[in-house]
Amino acid sequence: MTHATSRLALRNLSKSFGGTQALRDVSLDILPGEVHGLLGENGSGKSTLIKVLAGFHEPDSGELRIEGEQVPLPLAPGQFREFGMSFVHQDLGLVESLSVLENLRVAGLSSSRSRFGISWRRERMRARETFARYGVRLDPSVPVSALKPVERALLAIVRAMEEIQRDDRRYGVLVLDEPTVFLPKEGVERLFSLVRDAAAAGTSVLFVSHDLDEVREITDRVTVLRDGANAGTVVTAETTEQRFVELIIGRQLAALPDLRHEDLTEKRVSVRVEHLSGASVSDVGFEMHEGEVVGLTGLIGSGFEEVPHLLFGSRKARTGLLSIDGSPVDVPRLTPAAAVRAGLALIPADRKTDGSVATLSVESNVALSVIGRYHNGFFLDRRRMRRDAAALLREFDVRPADPSLPYGALSGGNQQKALLAKWFQTEPRLLLLDEPTQGVDVGARQQIYELIRTAAQDRGMHVVCASSDYEQLAALCDRVIVFGRGRVWRELVGADVTKDRIIEQCYAAMAAEAAQVVV
Amino acid sequence: MTRPLFADVAERYALLAAWGVTCVVFGILRPDTFLTTSNFTTIFGSQAILVVLTLALLPPLTAGDYDLSVAATMTLSAMVLAILNINHHWSIGAAIVAALLIGVLVGLVNGALVVLLDIDSLIATLGSSTFIAGVVLWISNSQTISGISQSLINVVVVDRFLGIPLEFYYGIALGIVILYVFEFMPVGRRLLFVGRGRSVARLSGIHVARLRWGALVVSGLISAFGGVLYAGTLGSADPTSGLSFLLPAFAAAFLGATTIMPGRFNPLGSIAAVYFLVTGITGLQLLGVQTFVQQLFYGGALVLAVALSQLARRRRASGG
Repeated sequence: MTHATSRLALRNLSKSFGGTQALRDVSLDILPGEVHGLLGENGSGKSTLIKVLAGFHEPDSGELRIEGEQVPLPLAPGQFREFGMSFVHQDLGLVESLSVLENLRVAGLSSSRSRFGISWRRERMRARETFARYGVRLDPSVPVSALKPVERALLAIVRAMEEIQRDDRRYGVLVLDEPTVFLPKEGVERLFSLVRDAAAAGTSVLFVSHDLDEVREITDRVTVLRDGANAGTVVTAETTEQRFVELIIGRQLAALPDLRHEDLTEKRVSVRVEHLSGASVSDVGFEMHEGEVVGLTGLIGSGFEEVPHLLFGSRKARTGLLSIDGSPVDVPRLTPAAAVRAGLALIPADRKTDGSVATLSVESNVALSVIGRYHNGFFLDRRRMRRDAAALLREFDVRPADPSLPYGALSGGNQQKALLAKWFQTEPRLLLLDEPTQGVDVGARQQIYELIRTAAQDRGMHVVCASSDYEQLAALCDRVIVFGRGRVWRELVGADVTKDRIIEQCYAAMAAEAAQVVV
Repeated sequence: MTRPLFADVAERYALLAAWGVTCVVFGILRPDTFLTTSNFTTIFGSQAILVVLTLALLPPLTAGDYDLSVAATMTLSAMVLAILNINHHWSIGAAIVAALLIGVLVGLVNGALVVLLDIDSLIATLGSSTFIAGVVLWISNSQTISGISQSLINVVVVDRFLGIPLEFYYGIALGIVILYVFEFMPVGRRLLFVGRGRSVARLSGIHVARLRWGALVVSGLISAFGGVLYAGTLGSADPTSGLSFLLPAFAAAFLGATTIMPGRFNPLGSIAAVYFLVTGITGLQLLGVQTFVQQLFYGGALVLAVALSQLARRRRASGG
């Protein structure tokens, strides 16, 4: 393959963030009219690569050629339009309250502006013609909020295609970044036929996905990234599923024994979750023993990350029963306040908006969960509050251990330790963690694991940890529950709780789901 | 413990210093009229209503909501008191209770709009404020109603302590109560988190909706108390003059948030801000400047106060 024949060619692209190398000498050729897949697990460098093309990241080195012509890097944000590229991201970038037409023409209404302003009638007519050209049936005048998920995705893709062709450019590159995550199976089919038509008409498509089956179905060739490097570019039709998994995880996939465990310990089951359903999970159930740390994981779209929020009442569950030490909790009626009273605690993933107020002091943030205890009937005992906070900060090794500092002045790791301190004071029976070490440096990570493990063992606390960081799950958990499309797929226990095993089961969960759909 | 930086101390007391400078400047320019006991007792006494109304704003502002209906609620409460006391011959005590209950009712309705229907507080209270102003015109036939019981007038403006009418002390006492609740009761701490990080508060098990609603009810009640003082000060109730207190109250609340406890809506700062603003305006009027200076002063102060707190926040964000 030479540069001249590629529509888009990347050569030796590298990018590092601080000490981590996100992309290492990645080369990639996208041919005219080709659907090219980009596969890889979380953190493999897929999104970094896309963001370099979109102009969000500045690469450390590398070359980009479009239609054989060298394009200077880095690109400015949005500059990709000049080169006939267009992006559809997972969130689609639609404004729900505006109409289909307004969303379609968000940048391009001026094309039909007559001397008397915008002719909405003519705009609607043109929009219908546009949709007809792509074989998509959408009413231009309904608001986007009334569309089904798949119709929204189709609208976003049509808009992107129109953007490519606006400057009378015949072809271009359409980048689809995980467009199918929220779509039901039949929706994916409609989306694929649109993508196939676009490719047949000469547009090149870069299809970014973690979903092996979809990639195998739609793409002509696939580039697999692993640890920021190109693990191989293969022709889809000539590659077996097993070979793909090998490329993704870097080794052979072992045969799949039934890993569902019998009974892990002699300790009694003291937390039970039954028939839990929410927006993206259904009929989830699991049991926990005293002092156990259970990990929840899966690929994007598997729904595992919703579980802690459902159990805490911060997202509405449709059904579900939770019992802690024998007392039942009706999950759909749960509010966070009731959850705290029932002995639960949640440490959310987003420390900035959900976990803490950066402008208030560490002391206020930490004391918030137990503020009622400091009221001596007449005054808030500020001195005792400060003393307790200082003691907690020392116990949890928060540095600097100064309760009067603004919370925002602490580093990520210290912020998270302070949040652990905040909630450990309430002596929760069930601690729910959502991505507990996001934005936390490596040293603090180890400490956080130890704090959680010690609390679980010494206080008999139950810990649920939802995470997509497989290494973390392996380090922290006694047992890991792998989700596939909203359901529990497997439980890994004991010696099976390893990073590789977890990744393997995440992909296996997806493959099995796909097989079921075929049957 | 962090050392108190000079900049922090300066920020904390800048407004008080500015007030002092204002007094000195006017004292030099108008020694015989400005620097008199009667002038200062007037300044302290006449502005108690503005103090109370400013304090009414603090609970909702701390919870992250605006209450634009405080001035209208005050006017309504004064009018209800006057009508019951004069036209219906209720005892003054009963009329005061009714006027305060009206304030609670307004707060309940505002809270329902904001919390249950999830309407932006700015819009909800803008609407309720205009609605209430209409009700006042309606029940009063657009007339001023005079002849309020002398016993109320006595305890508000006639009786004095250290030469200053009692209403001044009511405002100060209310400020201390709010200070106590904000700083020394758990609910004050919770309210602060509701305003600063609603999601944090919710996920910490705080009843966010209940607190926001409660803050609006308290604001209605304090506004109504302001109405009682207003009726007592004038000896009558007129249907429109109270409405002009809204902007000065906001100006004082925001200016107050730049002092004493910078970055927080705080009662002592608010009281200091009211008296700073009034001192400035009184001084200028003594210099012979016309009354439009009031609007220039209040309007300018509101924008300046918000600009100052933005700058302070930015400084803190970059310094931290």
